[in-house]
Amino acid sequence: MSTITQAGPAVTAGPAPETPARPRRDTRKWLEIALLAGPALVVFVGFVILPVILAAVYSFYNWNGLTALERFIGFDNYIRALSDPVFLKAIGNNATIAIASILIQGPLAILVALFLNRKMRGRTFVRAAIFVPYVLAEVIAGLSWKLLLSPRGGVNAVLENIGLGDLAQPWLANPDIALWVMFGILTWKYVGFAILLMLAGLQGVPQELSEAASIDGASWWQTQWNITIPLLGPTIRIWVFLSIIGSLQLFDMVWVTTKGGPIGATNTMAVYMIQYGQGQPGFGSAVAVILFLISLVIALVYQRYAMRRDLGTDKKNEGR
Amino acid sequence: MNRTRITRVGAIAAATALTIGGLTACTAGDNTGGGDGDVTITWWHNATADPQKSMWEDVAAEFEDAHPGVKVEVTGYQNEDLQRTLIPNALASGDAPDVFMVWPGGEVRSQAEAGHLKDLTDVLSDTISEYGATVKPWQVDGKQYAIPYTFGIEGFWYNKDLFAEAGITDVPKTLPELEAANKKLKAIGTSPIAVGAGDLWPAGHWWYNFALAACSTETLQKAIPALDFSDPCWVEAGELLQDFVATEPFQPGFLASSGQQGADSSAGLVANGNAAMELMGAWNAGQIGSLAPDATVPEFLSWFPFVSVPGTAGDPTITMGGGDGFGVYKDAPDEAVELLKYIASEDVQKRFAATGAGIPAHPGANSSITDPSLKLIAEGLAESSYVQLWLDSDLGPTFGNPLNQAIVNLMAGSGTPEDIVKALEDTAAAL
Repeated sequence: MSTITQAGPAVTAGPAPETPARPRRDTRKWLEIALLAGPALVVFVGFVILPVILAAVYSFYNWNGLTALERFIGFDNYIRALSDPVFLKAIGNNATIAIASILIQGPLAILVALFLNRKMRGRTFVRAAIFVPYVLAEVIAGLSWKLLLSPRGGVNAVLENIGLGDLAQPWLANPDIALWVMFGILTWKYVGFAILLMLAGLQGVPQELSEAASIDGASWWQTQWNITIPLLGPTIRIWVFLSIIGSLQLFDMVWVTTKGGPIGATNTMAVYMIQYGQGQPGFGSAVAVILFLISLVIALVYQRYAMRRDLGTDKKNEGR
Repeated sequence: MNRTRITRVGAIAAATALTIGGLTACTAGDNTGGGDGDVTITWWHNATADPQKSMWEDVAAEFEDAHPGVKVEVTGYQNEDLQRTLIPNALASGDAPDVFMVWPGGEVRSQAEAGHLKDLTDVLSDTISEYGATVKPWQVDGKQYAIPYTFGIEGFWYNKDLFAEAGITDVPKTLPELEAANKKLKAIGTSPIAVGAGDLWPAGHWWYNFALAACSTETLQKAIPALDFSDPCWVEAGELLQDFVATEPFQPGFLASSGQQGADSSAGLVANGNAAMELMGAWNAGQIGSLAPDATVPEFLSWFPFVSVPGTAGDPTITMGGGDGFGVYKDAPDEAVELLKYIASEDVQKRFAATGAGIPAHPGANSSITDPSLKLIAEGLAESSYVQLWLDSDLGPTFGNPLNQAIVNLMAGSGTPEDIVKALEDTAAAL
């Protein structure tokens, strides 16, 4: 594919082709690597790898966090979590959010990005405005929405003032719609990031191709559909990946606005882990491990099948 | 090229050295922290706002003055952070504060059983006998592991003005009277009762109180330590709640309301005259005050105890309540026990009562209560034949969430009274 040559040249990492002649150089190279990567590696092992291993160990114990690890119970915590309808519903909610994000936020972001990629007045301002929610702290955004959407809040007040009082309702308290209201908030918060990624991706699509297409008589829409969007593939795939992982680990927005309620309508795996892990870190760890494994499996499968070309398994492509 | 690389490596080495140096400096600083006194006592409490926060600081300073060479480092943390994260982690790491908040019931039990708390039975025997029955919820197997500083019972915080406007002359004493009052309040366009079901526990308390009505005292006292919920009264509690919820007494959207956060929380609704009542613990006056437009406890606020339920087995003189106490870490210096003794002294308790932050746990300090609502609560406490600790506290931290969630499910119409009992049994089975 011709895309690659466009973005490629800066990537080749320096010293690879040189064959180090003297062992002294070798030692120095390793010393350099150790110095560069060492501190980060120590932090990574200490704060990521070790906690993951510890959580896995804790998850096999009935443990209240205060005593020694004594009561080994095998997979009981896992069985308990996976047979709890509250947890299963939380997994379902995570899946719903992930799928809805891809199906709704994705196309929305691509459309807006295509639109913003055209030359027009106020483009910079619109680009900045769209990105504002993403930059806003999650807790502040969540609290604002909680206040706006409460029964006596701003959204209902506006609806009543414009004569749509019948639509007014306790948005986050109605179990039938709470998850979709939550999805709306998440879209508001994160679509800016998707648009920004897509816009960046569009910069790598060569102008010449669209020019050639328009000379051949293709309409603007035909050009976007047949040329731009296919060339945007790597960007879309990485966004889908980030979106899925984000949806699986969704916590802060839910915690701030609904704490997973009403009656579990907006519950997620991470919220469940915090709430039901209270007083029983062993059980909480089991939930954490389940969340970790689900994320890991999805990430590996997705990388293996969807992002294979983007990640350079295919020699012709550059890295991410 | 080579020179740049050497410079770079040098810079990184320097940066790493600085980082490591910084870390070491931190640890060194920690170790020498208590330089100015011979003994340093750390004290963690949950008061993050005045008047109580400055009162504890004063108490610490007075203790330092009376005990030369002793330094008290006193810090107030947000209640849930303190209870769920900071203290468990500090205890698990073996580097715990010397004096810290201890919650009664299940929590003091698990901390004592894990060996983290000092047995105060003998060292504070005078204090314990002054306090009387109030100290019982902080006992484990007959040994005293913490001393409460506040203890109160739950009841309805209500708006006198709205009651008068609705034509309610006497506060409800029975469930039918409460339901009649709700009707009158609805007629004047007010939400009768506010509940923060979004936080789960405020809704849970409704079921706890109905459980007190449905179950005999004997059943309560036997079932909770044994974790045996086979008595039919536990299901009856859910049925009572279900019938009550069917009369639609709560504010619209109560399922998502928080208890204490913002004007739309249950406390906020009462504070701003948008709801007439809230079932809540003795701390609620300050909570409502902080959410009122002028940030003071509203004039219209008053209190009455939970209603009795005709035709049930429960003793109507039983009340539900709880409090906060302080315990001493097992390895703490003897001065920490002295500090707790001072905190628990009648004099300090009287000053606590005068701040209006809560009901003092020392019986001798009740006369110093000035807040009219707190006086009513203190009277209610004095008239109680038995105070059942909040059920979630009594059962232990593991029970809170599953139990309260099952109760909210019932209130939302998607759970049954049996589901609540099942949540209790399932949690007990996994202990």
